[in-house]
Amino acid sequence: MAVITMREAISQALWEEMERDERVFIMGEEVGVWGGSYAVTKGFYDHFGPKRVRDTPIAEGVIVGAANGAAMAGLRPVAELMTINFAFLAMDQIVNHSAKLHSMFGGQFALPLVIRTVGGGGRQLGATHSQTPDVVFAHFPGLKVVAPGTPGDAKGLLKSAIRSDDPVIFIEHATLYQLRGEVPEGQILEPIGVSKIQRQGEDVTIVTYSKMLQTSLLAADQLAKEGIEAEVVDLRTLRPLDLKPVLESFKRTNRAVIVEEGWQSYGIGAEVATRLYEQAFDYADAPIRRVAQKEVPLPYNRTLEQLALPQVEDVVRAVRGVL
Amino acid sequence: MDKAEMLRLYRQMVQIRRLEEAAAGLYQEGKIGGFLHLYIGQEAVGSGVVSARRPEDRVITAYRDHGIALAAGMPAKTVLAELLGKAAGCSRGRGGSMHLADVNLNFWGGHAIVGAHLPLAAGMALADQYRGSDAATICLFGDGATNIGYFHEALNLSVVWKLPVLWVCENNLYGMGTAVDRASAVGEMRQKAEGYGMPSARVDGMDVLKVRQASEEALTHVREEGPFFLEAITYRFRGHSMGDPERYRGSEEVKKWQEDDPIGVLRKQLLAAKAAKEPDLATLEAEVDEEIREAVRFAEESPEPGPEELFAHVYADEGGDSWQ
Repeated sequence: MAVITMREAISQALWEEMERDERVFIMGEEVGVWGGSYAVTKGFYDHFGPKRVRDTPIAEGVIVGAANGAAMAGLRPVAELMTINFAFLAMDQIVNHSAKLHSMFGGQFALPLVIRTVGGGGRQLGATHSQTPDVVFAHFPGLKVVAPGTPGDAKGLLKSAIRSDDPVIFIEHATLYQLRGEVPEGQILEPIGVSKIQRQGEDVTIVTYSKMLQTSLLAADQLAKEGIEAEVVDLRTLRPLDLKPVLESFKRTNRAVIVEEGWQSYGIGAEVATRLYEQAFDYADAPIRRVAQKEVPLPYNRTLEQLALPQVEDVVRAVRGVL
Repeated sequence: MDKAEMLRLYRQMVQIRRLEEAAAGLYQEGKIGGFLHLYIGQEAVGSGVVSARRPEDRVITAYRDHGIALAAGMPAKTVLAELLGKAAGCSRGRGGSMHLADVNLNFWGGHAIVGAHLPLAAGMALADQYRGSDAATICLFGDGATNIGYFHEALNLSVVWKLPVLWVCENNLYGMGTAVDRASAVGEMRQKAEGYGMPSARVDGMDVLKVRQASEEALTHVREEGPFFLEAITYRFRGHSMGDPERYRGSEEVKKWQEDDPIGVLRKQLLAAKAAKEPDLATLEAEVDEEIREAVRFAEESPEPGPEELFAHVYADEGGDSWQ
């Protein structure tokens, strides 16, 4: 099995799906001549041409809006929003149109589009360019929200997202593009809406996704040195949320820590903990703990930024707290 | 235009007027929920523009959509069933007054967020261009929509990508209750198209024959050259929606515009062209009255969607949807 970076995995998924289906095309800011602001679509413009790799004006409303319209008319656009922070400029198209038009018109047409975007903090980009608002998108029925934490999942899930007949928000993490991992060759598809155990353990269940999967795996390695075996469950998809592996793990370990990069209030941790309490209250041997970003707009200063973001030590401390 | 087509347009406009009057009655009886925006007074715009299209041309509009739906060929009973939230409605009772659509008629809604359907129109036109089709997309919107960001993003993109869109501004002089000159920096909406280097025209929106001709010319341009902006000056005789106290305009102003009632204008043209005689028109009007009465009966008697419909159509992947 090949070991490649997250960037290469995402790029391969896009390339293969464009080769496979003429209806698939890319549109967004700097996706073409520039090669993508994170270099994901490097080489695409020369190979696929300006019709299928479309540079757009800096105008997020019409990027998502035109992608919605093209999807209504039967194409399969992959619209790129340079960062998830800019998705707020397209929020009406995402929330009121991508998520609703299929249902609101009684299923007359589908919206098979993917919105690829990049989230996460840790690069000293300041408060407006560093957010992890994934949970906002997961709030809306009608959307599917995918946020992979490994190169293999990124490739398989993006390919599934492009083949899905529903609008998918595909959230990449800005600091994971260089992450290397095993990726099977060829037409691998990972199912949307299926959580995955990324590390087995019997003492505690860590529930997480995206960048925080990597943070949690490092924490689990550290805990293992103390003889604590953590099971790490990767949600991979935030909507629809697959709780089954989380529930099964929790029923074995009786302890859980939920780790997310976004703010704690009203977050993934709140949702997952509530569902565990609702469905497995009697299995809990300790109150469930949450690790999340401190409730401040993320500062530019590196020390303060890192202080606000969840660190490996925060996860380790939270695990000790539930044991 | 041949006489048969003039008569067809007349029937169309009378049908729209009668359906809207019936809808107002049903609303007052409490049978229609939510908001209801009537097209009365603006019939010549929708009828004229949509009649100029080919079947492959798409139509998309804002929330004042009943007249456009009828002009696109939707049966009155299907419109009324949707207004009453019935399963036989075009959107299976999930959309309501502001969300009529029938993709088999190439009518793509009925959209209720001001300006938001302009990017959708650009995207649909992109899909047709992508496939090498010479279909155009006709996008209607009000004067109020020209002040929102979407308008500018969509017009700009349509020129940059030479998208086959006919932008039709139905300028009825008010965005809800705010007069154009209190909300827009320029008095003619087409001036905004000029800023994007897009050709434009202004037409009397109370005269369906003029609207039809201007639309035909505009669509020729769209197919050959790219986007075109058509501004139709019109007027709604009723409030913005039901329950509008109309404090922003006087009854004299409304009466003055009613002298140019688009149905009356066409009636005179038909008689002057000897395309019809008074009794013919009276017969036609009676037929439309009966059609609408029958459509109301159908809508009222049709069943509600069952509770099993609640979770239908949230996702297309889960199957069972007619769109395939």
